[in-house]
Amino acid sequence: MSDAPPVETRGLVKRYGDIVAVDHVDLSVEAGDVFGYLGPNGAGKTTSLRIMLGLIRPSSGSARLFGRDPLIDGAKALDGVAGFVEAPRFYPYLSGRRNLKLLADYDEPASRTRIDEVLELVGLRDRAKDRVGGYSHGMRQRLGIAAALLRAPRLLLLDEPTTGLDPAGMRDMRELVRRLAGEGITILLSSHLLHEVEELCNRVAIIRRGAIVYQGQLRELLNRAVTTYRLQALEPDRARSLLLAESGVGDLRLNGGALRFSADEDAVARVTVALGQARIAFTALIPETTSLEELFLGMTDGESSDHDRPSAVAV
Amino acid sequence: MTAVARVYRWEITKPLAQKRTYLGLGTAIAVPIIFVVVLVLHSGGPNDVPLGRYIRDTGLAVPFVVLFFMSIWGLPLITALVAGDIVASETHNGTLKTILTRSRERGAVFAGKTLATATYTLALVLAMGLVGLAAGSIAWGFHPLTSLSGTKVSAGHGLLLLVASLAVYALPLAGIAAFGVLLSTVTRNSAASVVGALMWALLMQLLGVLPGTESIRPYLLGTQFEAWHGFLRTPVDYAPVTRALWLCALYIGLPLIAAYLVFLRRDVAGD
Repeated sequence: MSDAPPVETRGLVKRYGDIVAVDHVDLSVEAGDVFGYLGPNGAGKTTSLRIMLGLIRPSSGSARLFGRDPLIDGAKALDGVAGFVEAPRFYPYLSGRRNLKLLADYDEPASRTRIDEVLELVGLRDRAKDRVGGYSHGMRQRLGIAAALLRAPRLLLLDEPTTGLDPAGMRDMRELVRRLAGEGITILLSSHLLHEVEELCNRVAIIRRGAIVYQGQLRELLNRAVTTYRLQALEPDRARSLLLAESGVGDLRLNGGALRFSADEDAVARVTVALGQARIAFTALIPETTSLEELFLGMTDGESSDHDRPSAVAV
Repeated sequence: MTAVARVYRWEITKPLAQKRTYLGLGTAIAVPIIFVVVLVLHSGGPNDVPLGRYIRDTGLAVPFVVLFFMSIWGLPLITALVAGDIVASETHNGTLKTILTRSRERGAVFAGKTLATATYTLALVLAMGLVGLAAGSIAWGFHPLTSLSGTKVSAGHGLLLLVASLAVYALPLAGIAAFGVLLSTVTRNSAASVVGALMWALLMQLLGVLPGTESIRPYLLGTQFEAWHGFLRTPVDYAPVTRALWLCALYIGLPLIAAYLVFLRRDVAGD
């Protein structure tokens, strides 16, 4: 069982009438990952998390946590798993501590002994006696993390944990996520904020209209993101021949007088020297996709990244 | 079993944090007291209801008379008030997802909720019966009771008959509670479930008084509120009691089975 990956979904589909909320999603989260589940609002992130947590039944496909399917194994599938979908919710008429006591009794084994520890960790110890009804959104969010940590999870599923928080709250929450990841907890974190994922995650999946459009290492995605260049040369055909011969240059396309190619920084530096030596004048050499943001927009909106955007730096 | 016991403990705590529970329990306690106070202050009384004529003879008669009046809509209402909210309140607070992502199976959570509803229902009947007995005994003493057959029953034996009657009386009320739990599970809406369960109870009462319903009358839920009359006859007539037992098993069991199946399979989205 311990060999099974923390999260593995295969062909996950959820339909609501004609609407396909989740469309054949295959996610694989490995042990130790801080996995970013990225997509615009309404793309199907929360619905897939609900399926993983056994809250809703998929129309087809399977979701397994450490090899266990909540549809088959029921609550046992959540052994070693904790988290929340949308904003964490509690009984408003009970205090923060009473809420945690309640949830500890719904755990197996009962997790009461950890209550003080987790309250301390999320910085709610001083307010633990107050009714949750009087908590701010940020405090509830932190109580949500505390409630998840009560279960001493090996896998945390967090649905947009920083949404609705003020800048300080966001910073604290990210700090906490980093810390938990540092303790060896595998984390699947959904977000519509790129920089958040960029800051926290090692692997990502990008979901658009219920379907995964990218899944892999964040580093690879970033490489992909910064290495598409547009070259505006006075003699595009000669430039093209030169680029074709240059090592480290790929995906070469010529359209409308502009050359597009992908390359890493070293290769681009060599290209500029080679163009000069071959006396090929050029007016612009621009990194087309300057950030993950653009790549993300391109993947989620279809056409956005193809637009010519003025870039900050012209090489 | 320990899983259900742990859940049950908190499912009792949750209603106890809500005003409607105290409204219900408060009503169950206040009604017999008000009833006795009014009858102490004024002459006359409920002569045309079972045991009504003997109400000033002994405190033992009071709970029977109060239960009769409250069976029409009072107890169904305060039962539905909590039963209809038992699942819907989780929807309202958005906490179903919170408790269903721990280690308890949905079945255990449902069992805990059902047991909590049953406990509340029983508490209502007991509170009303025992407070009625106490208030009546203070006003008119704890004397032998005249049974429905006109024979005298000793106070001690009368007390036993009262306890047995309360137990049988609680069954149709539990039937209304079970229907409330079903509505609460299906509609996820507290107000709709409370009103729906009350309408169910009133419909059963209405069918019982309409002409032409004589043949089904013994099998209506409302009729079972009178099953305890059997205990107060000499000799004891067990027929209505037995019928109430198996009929209420159906009135309780069927909605609960339906609610259980819905609760096990339902998608928890937005609640």
